[in-house]
Amino acid sequence: MNTQKELAAGKRNIWLANPIVNFFRENLGIIIGLLAICMILTIMTPSFLTQTNIFNVLRQVSMNLYVACGMTMVIILGGIDLSVGSIIALSGVITGGLISFSHFPLITAVICGLIAGVVIGVINGVIISRTTIPPFIVTLATMNIARGIAYVYTGGQPIRVMSDDFNFIGAGYIGIVPMPIIYLVVIVIISFFFLSKSKTGRHIYAVGGNMQAARFSGIKTHNVQFFVYVFSGLMAAIAGVVLASRMFSGQPTAGQGSEMDAIAAVVLGGTSMSGGVGKIGGTVIGGLIIGVLSNGLNLLGVNSFWQYIVKGIVILIAVYVDFLKKNSNSK
Amino acid sequence: MAYLLETKGITKRFGGLTAVDRVDMGVEAGEVVALLGDNGAGKSTLVKMISGVYKPDEGDIFLDGKKIEITSPIDALAHGIETIYQDLALAENLNVFSNIFLGREKTKKALGIFNVLDHGYMEEESQKVLDRVDIKIPSLKANIRNLSGGQRQAVAISRSIYWDAKVLIMDEPTAALGIAEQRKVLDMVKSLKKHGIAIIIISHQMYDVFEVADRVIVMRRGIKAGERLVKDTSSEEVVGLIVGAEEVGKK
Repeated sequence: MNTQKELAAGKRNIWLANPIVNFFRENLGIIIGLLAICMILTIMTPSFLTQTNIFNVLRQVSMNLYVACGMTMVIILGGIDLSVGSIIALSGVITGGLISFSHFPLITAVICGLIAGVVIGVINGVIISRTTIPPFIVTLATMNIARGIAYVYTGGQPIRVMSDDFNFIGAGYIGIVPMPIIYLVVIVIISFFFLSKSKTGRHIYAVGGNMQAARFSGIKTHNVQFFVYVFSGLMAAIAGVVLASRMFSGQPTAGQGSEMDAIAAVVLGGTSMSGGVGKIGGTVIGGLIIGVLSNGLNLLGVNSFWQYIVKGIVILIAVYVDFLKKNSNSK
Repeated sequence: MAYLLETKGITKRFGGLTAVDRVDMGVEAGEVVALLGDNGAGKSTLVKMISGVYKPDEGDIFLDGKKIEITSPIDALAHGIETIYQDLALAENLNVFSNIFLGREKTKKALGIFNVLDHGYMEEESQKVLDRVDIKIPSLKANIRNLSGGQRQAVAISRSIYWDAKVLIMDEPTAALGIAEQRKVLDMVKSLKKHGIAIIIISHQMYDVFEVADRVIVMRRGIKAGERLVKDTSSEEVVGLIVGAEEVGKK
């Protein structure tokens, strides 16, 4: 007697279980938005839909998206990480400095640069998981500290790195594909599977949704928080090294405002600032919208000052649409 | 009589306040004990020591006659002591089967190296346990947020059953439920009792207590004010114990 119901349920399950269908259904609004922007730009500018320009856009968004992948986890957890922009600078100058001043081997210097970012992540993670100080305050502090260290270390001057090998990290190609895009694909795949398929990923949602329920269910909530902030620090550090490599220099001013770009991509992608809800797929689309938009405005010759205003308006529209959607759902 | 779970002289202090003062209590397998008392009487603190949220300052907890150490919720769960908290039991942003397996997710190997969540297995098992308690939930992929209070309580109870609870602690299981759903929850409690689970219920609703409990333990200002078999007492007497109108009850 139940078989019919079960059959129906079974069919629905197969349908729902398909991650690609799911992805399009959940992100329908922003995918349409992205495609609309792309179509308009294709019509209005001859150079938008060319291989060179597509890779150019992807390369530009990739650094924001490394950071945004970490930020997605932080925000799902119910937190925020403001220190990522400063970590970009810190990792860049340390890598550059160790190569140019201290003549470290390339690999060692890069690893040290990454470790610098991880250390800031560890500080964030320890304080946030062991105390009840809000993540906003903790990472605001480490944001200043990391930026300060970058300035002190460099004396405020960019550190030039004259190394083709180092430059390859961020500006090289494998075949026709720029290196930053290769890292991007790897990071997105890892983050996606980690968040949606792993036990710890599930625990991130649980902690963001109901911290106490998570703790009472035996989840080590401290460890989950710690891990996520360290991961965010590492993602920012990777962005910092790649950026320094592309610019032939470690710059103490690099990455200013990057935290806001990352948060914008995450929020555009439908992740809830109140925690517990969000997906990597959405963040990728969100990052692409921001990237395509600035690229398109450049191609159209729009003054870069105006671009800020356009970006802000797009974020407001996206969040408002999301708000309308949620309100209609709850009724 | 042999208690399945027993506390002896269990005490918890918060600074100068003694929230629970040398309480001896026990519950047998297949028995429902109702824990009563006014706000601040120490009921919640008492059960939180059993469920591993608080560490007792003094006293011991025994399971099956053996002394056990409970220093965290994980310890309690490992001993088969499951707790259903009033509002904190479930992660509302997650779906039904994720909540039933919360903190104890089933994984499988992918590509031989990665441990990935086994959603299919968790959903099937969850369906089985929900069928066992005779609960209809439209979709196990529905988020808890979209379920009614009774359905949430059912999910929480199913979770405990699935994990082979020997002792089940329920904090105000019928609060915030409609009349029909209250009945459903009480029926579930009765059926769990038949399965030999020892159940401790914190409740304010006298009706619930007399409906399902075998024994009542009344707390007042951190001490055990009295203990009665439900068949030998009346709601007047129990209320009297709660507010302190009668002498401290017999042992």
